[in-house]
Amino acid sequence: MSVLISLSKVTKTYKLGDDVEVSALRGVDLNINEGEFVAIIGPSGSGKSTLMHMIGILDQPTTGTVELEGKNISKLTEEKLAELRNKHIGFVFQAFNLLPRTSALENVELPLIYSGDSALVRKQKGEESLRVVGLGERMDHTPSQLSGGQQQRVAIARALITKPSLILADEPTGNLDSKAGDEIISLLKDLNKQGNTIVLVTHEREIAEQAKRIVEIKDGQIISDKKIK
Amino acid sequence: MIPIGEIVRLSIQSLLRNKTRSILTMLGIIIGVSAVILLVSIGQGLQNYITQQFESLGSNLVIVLPGKVGGGGGGFGAPNIAGSKLSLGDVDKLSRIGGAVESVGAGIEMPSSVSYLGKTKYTTTAGLTAEYQKMRNLTVSSGRMMSESDNRAGRNVVNIGPGIVDSLFGGANPIGKQITLGGQKFQVVGVLSKIGSGGFGIDVNSFVVLPLTTAQKLFGMKSVQAIGIKAKDKDSIPEVIRQVKKELSKRLKEDDFSVVDSSSLVATINQILGVVTLALGGIAAISLIVGGVGIMNIMLVSVTERTREIGLRKAVGAKPKDILIQFIIESVTLSVVGGGIGVLIGFLGALAINQFISTTVTFWSVALAFGVSAAIGVIFGVAPAASASKLNPIDALKYE
Repeated sequence: MSVLISLSKVTKTYKLGDDVEVSALRGVDLNINEGEFVAIIGPSGSGKSTLMHMIGILDQPTTGTVELEGKNISKLTEEKLAELRNKHIGFVFQAFNLLPRTSALENVELPLIYSGDSALVRKQKGEESLRVVGLGERMDHTPSQLSGGQQQRVAIARALITKPSLILADEPTGNLDSKAGDEIISLLKDLNKQGNTIVLVTHEREIAEQAKRIVEIKDGQIISDKKIK
Repeated sequence: MIPIGEIVRLSIQSLLRNKTRSILTMLGIIIGVSAVILLVSIGQGLQNYITQQFESLGSNLVIVLPGKVGGGGGGFGAPNIAGSKLSLGDVDKLSRIGGAVESVGAGIEMPSSVSYLGKTKYTTTAGLTAEYQKMRNLTVSSGRMMSESDNRAGRNVVNIGPGIVDSLFGGANPIGKQITLGGQKFQVVGVLSKIGSGGFGIDVNSFVVLPLTTAQKLFGMKSVQAIGIKAKDKDSIPEVIRQVKKELSKRLKEDDFSVVDSSSLVATINQILGVVTLALGGIAAISLIVGGVGIMNIMLVSVTERTREIGLRKAVGAKPKDILIQFIIESVTLSVVGGGIGVLIGFLGALAINQFISTTVTFWSVALAFGVSAAIGVIFGVAPAASASKLNPIDALKYE
């Protein structure tokens, strides 16, 4: 198992006003390997979101290094980061973040527009991706015509479409009832079985326990990191 | 690299998703562009119309008007018709100059009504000497013109335009009939052809022409309102003007008359109307700017409203440049489509107004209005687009 993403001695400090500084991360070391299903858990304000941003290369550390497949991303331009996110990371958000009044298929195709794929390839991959999450029959539906669980499946299909190295799910069940939430978790489990690497960020222990490894963060530091199965 | 065609498609898609708002936003540009085209076409139409009127007056014509009429110096005053000090005596003196002066004629014009068997028509009546009728290119389609002897004798004879024939005689032959004008009887001796000039803005169709002396008696006038002098050729016009000024100065003060040639008069009037047209266009252009501000406003709102969308696009791999181009193209599309619709409405509007007053749609006004609206799309689109492209994906995703 090769290392997919590696954080070493990562700190992140936010400036609030002129003098006040907030340390969101205080020296985090974390390796995530290919094929893992990792849950990151911690109360709000623990630095869990900041950690997620580092893993999703949405943000860069104040000190320390973040390596994606052995490559240091700390010094890259915003353009280059956008390219890497497009290629390597699939995002699933709590609020689904689908484009309104836009069909499921077009929503799923979105990342491929930015990787420059042709309309034909996009359509083909989009349909395939929607079938994987079980929405092959609802490709033309817009978000408002879909249930919350279905909307989150569309978002997962969108994350899958670029065949990313990592799927990063930020509280994916937070806006769903427990039944729809369970379905999403079992979908993520299935995707992991098929070889996808998944990082799940949550504040609910129950949901974290569905993963194969739980990383617990508090006050900007990892306080425990254990495999459960 | 994402192809530009793809971004254009994205932009249009997102505009179509907000149809009502897109149309309302375009409305400012539509009104601005059509107003520019329409107002300029009216100004231009007026200019063409007046030029035409002057050209129908005949060429190589030097005109003496009462009072101070601008021409030199850039000013332009109206001729002082009521206080005219020009007289038939001046006409005689001028016709004795000879040389480059080929012929001299004079005329007066008054609004009046003509009637026949209880039917009345309000129109303009002109008293013209035979020479002045020729200068104005007036001819008859039936009957005869008025002669110099009619004028000398002050006979009660009249030429009428075809429109008067229609309204008073119902199209029947009016030659030899008596019509009433200012309480006196006049015999119709000829019907005017449709060509020639009735005067500025007056249609020859509904024109009534009397001998000058007859008209003077009828209206109780001793003066004439205009003296026309036909020069031998174009080159002799300056010489004729000099001689006419010299002759008239013997009797009249400098402020009592003005000598102008038709082409310099046209040039002066065109200059004035050109300024008026520009002013009209300028006022309309302000509404274009207002339309542009409207686009900017909506685009700024749209950036705020679509913060999450922008964040998502960035998270899944959109570069700042991609977002920038998408938003600029959205505002350019709004302004270009709005501009196109504005051009169409401006054209149709000018066509409709042309039924009442003449309009001429000029290429430059269309090009200018359309170009400015497209430029507005870029200029007013840049600021919102730049703020969209600079959004941090994390903050954008967190935005509620």
